[in-house]
Amino acid sequence: MTKSLQFDFIVDKEKNTMTIKKEFAAGRQLVWDCHTKSELLDKWFAPKPFTTRTKSMSFTEGGHWLYAMIDPAGPEHWGRMDYVKIKPIESYTGLDGFCNEKGELNTELPRANWHATFEDRGETTVVQTVVTYNSLTDLEVVVQMGMKEGLTMTLESLDALIAKMTK
Amino acid sequence: MKLRRDPFQAIADPTRRAILVLLASQTMTAGTIADNFDVARPTISKHMQVLSECELITANQKGREIYYEIKVDKMKDIDKWLAQFRKIWEDRYNQLDNLLSTIKTTEL
Repeated sequence: MTKSLQFDFIVDKEKNTMTIKKEFAAGRQLVWDCHTKSELLDKWFAPKPFTTRTKSMSFTEGGHWLYAMIDPAGPEHWGRMDYVKIKPIESYTGLDGFCNEKGELNTELPRANWHATFEDRGETTVVQTVVTYNSLTDLEVVVQMGMKEGLTMTLESLDALIAKMTK
Repeated sequence: MKLRRDPFQAIADPTRRAILVLLASQTMTAGTIADNFDVARPTISKHMQVLSECELITANQKGREIYYEIKVDKMKDIDKWLAQFRKIWEDRYNQLDNLLSTIKTTEL
């Protein structure tokens, strides 16, 4: 079965949000686990060629996930997701920010609010994540910082890399 | 000398975003634009100036009137960095697709 899975990415410049909607070929419990268990998050969360390594995880309201995105060329980038509201296997809300390896938040960099919902569609599960920034400028800071530190690559170089890897 | 301004700063302001939305559908004179807002004309003029300096809009003289229009290529710059986010999410989720299929295969 090669039914294509839905993927939508919508930016609302008025509301400073990005909405990412993705359908997965798996049941809701498994998709939920992949988003909320660190041993599974470690296997997919950081976009290639980065890898994710969890330092600590407390998936509870008031708890947080402390993780590093590891650049194969060297530096580590620390991130911290604070969980605000959790409704197992339906939705969670969190605050995503930058920090150091001790988990101390970098208050100079913007934090984003994540609201993820998991919808059961029988054979598949649809995850909708709404990421809200305080302003578009915040969003730009995140992009620029990513570019500066090599966390993200420009579209062109990423495409080139993917082409190389799939050869 | 032309001031160099940051287009992202320009669109961080809600009034300026609203002006861009107005101009997205048609070209307009400064007066028509101002009529759409409940603020003083000089305020709108200031916003228009910022947008011009960022080269997000251009002014064209048509007869006696000056019409403003959106510069599509600059707006595309903004979309370009948003596209990078799209790429990150796409890539990340491709990995999750692979992980899910691996888990499902090992369970069988």
